[in-house]
Amino acid sequence: MATIEIDGKSLEVENGTMIIKAADEAGIYIPRFCYHEKLSIAANCRMCMVDIEKAPKPMPACATPVADGMKISTLSERAVEAQKGTMEFLLINHPLDCPICDQGGECPLQDQALGYGKDVSRFTEKKRVVEDKDIGPLIATAMTRCIHCTRCVRFGQEVAGIMEMGGTGRGEHMEITTFLGGSIDSEVSGNMIDLCPVGALTSKPYRYSARSWELQNHDAVSPHDCVGANLHIQTLRNEVKRIVPRDNSAVNECWISDRDRFGYEAVNSPERLTQPMLKSGDHWEVTDWKTAFSKVVQGLQTEINSAGPEGVAALISPLATNEEGYLFQKLLRSMDCDNIDHRLRQVDFLADSQQNLYSGAELPLEKLSTISSVLLVGSNIRKEQPLLGLKLRAASLGGSKIYAINSLDYHFNFKLDGALIVEPSTVPAALAGVALDVSRIVGTDLPEQFSAWAQLGGNRDVYSDIAEVLVADSAESLIILGDSCRQHPHYSVILAISNWIREVCGVKRIDLHEANGVGLTQNGCVPKNSENNALNLVSNPRSAYLLYGLDCVEDSIYGNVLEDSLKKANFVVSFSAFKSESMNHADVVLPITPYTECSGHFTNVEGMTQRSNAAALPRGEARPGWKVLRVLANQLSLSGFDFVDLNDVNSEMENTISEKPFEYPHDIEITLPDKHNGQDSNKLFHRIMDVPIYRVDPLVRRATALQKTADNSIRPIAGLNVEQAREFTLRDGTLMNVVTPEGNGISIQVQADNRVPVNCIYIPAGYIETAPLGVATHLTLEEV
Amino acid sequence: MTEVRVCLPESNLEEPWTLAAYESTGGYQAWRKIITEQTPPEDIIENLKSSGLRGRGGAGFPTGLKLSFMPRNAPGQKYIVCNSDESEPGTFKDRDIIRLNPHQLIEGMAIAGYTIGATVGYNYIRGEYYEPWARFEAALTEAYEAGLLGHSLLNSDTSFDLYSQRGAGAYICGEETALLESLEGKKGQPRFKPPFPAQVGAFGRPTTINNTESLSSIPPIMRKGGKWFADLGVEKSGGTKVFSVSGHVNKPGNYEVPLGLPFKELLELAGGIRNGHQLKAVIPGGSSVPVMPAANIMACTMDYDSLQQAGSALGAGSVIIMDETTCMVKMLERISYFYYAESCGQCTPCREGTGWLYRVIHRIRNGQGKLTDLDLLVDMANRIEGRTICALGDAAAWPVQSFMKHYRHEFEAMIQSDKAA
Ligand SMILES: Cc1cc2nc3c(=O)[nH]c(=O)nc-3n(C[C@H](O)[C@H](O)[C@H](O)COP(=O)(O)O)c2cc1C
Ligand code: SF4
Ligand code: FES
Repeated sequence: MATIEIDGKSLEVENGTMIIKAADEAGIYIPRFCYHEKLSIAANCRMCMVDIEKAPKPMPACATPVADGMKISTLSERAVEAQKGTMEFLLINHPLDCPICDQGGECPLQDQALGYGKDVSRFTEKKRVVEDKDIGPLIATAMTRCIHCTRCVRFGQEVAGIMEMGGTGRGEHMEITTFLGGSIDSEVSGNMIDLCPVGALTSKPYRYSARSWELQNHDAVSPHDCVGANLHIQTLRNEVKRIVPRDNSAVNECWISDRDRFGYEAVNSPERLTQPMLKSGDHWEVTDWKTAFSKVVQGLQTEINSAGPEGVAALISPLATNEEGYLFQKLLRSMDCDNIDHRLRQVDFLADSQQNLYSGAELPLEKLSTISSVLLVGSNIRKEQPLLGLKLRAASLGGSKIYAINSLDYHFNFKLDGALIVEPSTVPAALAGVALDVSRIVGTDLPEQFSAWAQLGGNRDVYSDIAEVLVADSAESLIILGDSCRQHPHYSVILAISNWIREVCGVKRIDLHEANGVGLTQNGCVPKNSENNALNLVSNPRSAYLLYGLDCVEDSIYGNVLEDSLKKANFVVSFSAFKSESMNHADVVLPITPYTECSGHFTNVEGMTQRSNAAALPRGEARPGWKVLRVLANQLSLSGFDFVDLNDVNSEMENTISEKPFEYPHDIEITLPDKHNGQDSNKLFHRIMDVPIYRVDPLVRRATALQKTADNSIRPIAGLNVEQAREFTLRDGTLMNVVTPEGNGISIQVQADNRVPVNCIYIPAGYIETAPLGVATHLTLEEV
Repeated sequence: MTEVRVCLPESNLEEPWTLAAYESTGGYQAWRKIITEQTPPEDIIENLKSSGLRGRGGAGFPTGLKLSFMPRNAPGQKYIVCNSDESEPGTFKDRDIIRLNPHQLIEGMAIAGYTIGATVGYNYIRGEYYEPWARFEAALTEAYEAGLLGHSLLNSDTSFDLYSQRGAGAYICGEETALLESLEGKKGQPRFKPPFPAQVGAFGRPTTINNTESLSSIPPIMRKGGKWFADLGVEKSGGTKVFSVSGHVNKPGNYEVPLGLPFKELLELAGGIRNGHQLKAVIPGGSSVPVMPAANIMACTMDYDSLQQAGSALGAGSVIIMDETTCMVKMLERISYFYYAESCGQCTPCREGTGWLYRVIHRIRNGQGKLTDLDLLVDMANRIEGRTICALGDAAAWPVQSFMKHYRHEFEAMIQSDKAA
């Protein structure tokens, strides 16, 4: 500890702390531009100059560590003269066009110019002009305003792991730009907007649509992934104008993903449903809520009377709040129906046999950035959970070892110490290979039931590398199971093997979820009887379906089957915020609100339940889902739905659903590897599937700017192993037919993709175009 | 006065850049002795300290002391880097040292590397110095072939590999940490210190950076002893120094003389002021150091202390001589243009200030000056000096301050007469 004095205030601070940090903690203000707590120190803006006793000249507070006995003044003549000097230099070439600058009103340069600038400039030469750059659909640039603080550059290089942004040129000609003028392709690029202290980088979708001081702030939580990033939704006259991060060191720190930030565009889209509607023949008629409800009551009662409660199936989007999920399942269960699920991207439910199955993160998310080793299984974590990707990057930069077992060789923003890129059917086998090496190290026999898988996994050096690293520091090691595990036909095997590893050596585990999957699981949106799982509900047609918040084709990996079942059903209700394909098969459409207009809670993968507040009033006749469900239940004469407000729902939920610890299923029935394995006829390709970042949910699919990013492709594109692609005459845009063994086929554009292993074809889900392939694991490929 | 050559080769030597010529004057004896005797590094450092050798790159930091800062016993790779970027206007001594005496530099780097526990060295050579670079490369080949560089030298455990790296024409890459960035393949921009290169240098490893002339002085010191070198010069300025004399003299060029030589004698050595003219002013250490009017410099000896006391600096020993025909406004305009063009653009005062300084001076010379500009210039320079990440800001400020101090009347006259020279 060092005893220092800042502006006469005596402080005890850790040795080595920078003066600026010590001052911040003591509430003493030092002006700054380049310094940011989460970035490395650049000390280039020179705004934070302070006067240190005995120092020959003013020193930058952001880069000068404290020393015992140091006496610092931030207000002395020498300090202020230096700060003012810097301000003058900063302003000479900065366009003083605050009235037409989007940053105006929330601009550190504008604010500090008030404190440290002069009213009349001594600069009478011509100002510098810098050409603007087009860096993609999310960030607008006005580079003449750039003050070269390099926060954006450092964020890219240090936090996000993209090297595309940098400075070129010398002196006055230094420009912040992208490599060869390309776009900034990062799932977290929007943070540069917040970091930029001037109006050089601003939000493109938000541009010129409001002034910051007119906006109202609403505390919300992002529904797009299982992190639960804290947000400020900012509105003007009841319209969502933009979303910015709300600091929470335990969750998102000060960052949010681009999905969190720009997903809101959907809520202002023309596809919003604002009135209840009834199908009449082949067209839709607008109706009022009363009529709509009575139609739903009538339809449901008819079907229950003829087919019993089992004739009804209820499917809910993982984006729903806990309250919506709770009321939805309560409504179903009050009708003696257990047919409810939110897991529309899962096919193997064998691990469900244990009741109360619920798994998430076994450690606080915060810890991820310091964990010592990680095995990623079936996950493109960078795009699935962008903020967790950042934490793994931080871990990796700090020396952690990260390994992956995946079917696509994803481009991560952290270094992999080893990777096994195998066709999907071999993923459980590879994990079994690791388990075998773990068993050798810890001296516990590998359970007999895994042996067929371990055999298939064969012997590979990387298994023992992984096993050694996991076991060596097991309390600080982690296995992460991602989306591709959930989508895997042998998900239960993956769960069982990773459970075993966890139990014998004590590593921690995180099972990533889609969106609010944890909250919905906890609140009953999974069937009590595993037989009633989503896949069964979809593939054994029911007479009535309730679809909640779903674009049924894109939000399910067996959307094709679901569509068939919907066609066969007698009665379909779609609760939705948007017009969608689901409507084609619905009889009644009930307009519910997206999270921006609906308060409720989300539970993240760590089990942290956070409240998200409605930021705007519902559009038109749309209503928050929990209210719609409550009224519907009343209309159905179900008892126990007399809630006055959300708090009522909440307190009931708390009493009913006791807090459950994470539990990992035991006694999972182990299935054997599929016959195909190893000796596929050379005509069959393994299908690799994932859901691209901007195809995952109804909001992002309708967020126009996100749809234009490089991470998204409007039409699906298939990827073929580079070597094998040579066997075909692939040109840009070459179409090929891919056909399932059952004969369902599509034509799709195919390109060589360096992430794809041999004998595999990558075809993304989340597209209407690829839905006919369903969950087929093998495909044939023909030139058109 | 005649020259005393320590870093430059004796003028009677033919093709002094060859290994044979260098060895004929005792070259590589020191290196061989150190390898065979495995001289303790402490002894080398002591010898250098007693020699009074100070950094010849501009700042004059004692070389022996600098080498002692290296954590030489710490595990892992360490580096010795030679700064041959030589780009300050007026400076051209390293050019001659490399092209005429490359082996002495190689030997000096090897010894310095040995002293700090570095088995790898880099010589970062100014991009425009093609001929010196080619000579250095040829000398490297000779030294490797003679078994003086490489692994297990003279059957010992000592190894030393040496590489050259050409710059791409940026003055800033002479600043030692910008040099390291450039060496690593990045944009040449100074790093903020601390950490200093001795802790975190090239490729994140402990590194010592010395000027070409500093390193070239080491082999003779090792051969003949620190005292011999110290005695050549004066107190606190040991040894000889290569002065690059340019401007209005009859025989511009490099002159290696003992430190402490009266300026008058150096001027004579360079053939005196060109015909019929008188000395007006001198910039004694490269374009960045403060200008000195004739009367002041004539009273000085050429060593670190004397010039500092007189309000200027020895710098890199780059003596720019101006006679009475020199327009000081034009001179300052040219100097300011240089720093404006060479600022790296990283930190605010230098990036913005150098351009502003130049534009105001340029405007004055174009007949559009205002008297208030002169105070503005001084004020601006004061706001750059000491506020920047590296000393380029100071280098831009000092000329402005000193020209205003000694020659303000010329600026005023030009503004008032409103006509450009
Ligand atoms: C802008 C700037 C340019 C410099 N250029 C050179 C140079 O060209 N050559 C050089 O030896 N030192 C140069 N220096 C000084 C170096 O940073 C460093 O102090 C020197 O190389 C140390 O070597 P020495 O101790 O042997 O003098 C420069 C410094 C600054 C601030
Ligand atoms: S664009 Fe903004 S964040 Fe980036 S260097 Fe310029 S001022 Fe800083
Ligand atoms: S905040 Fe310290 S130099 Fe920029």
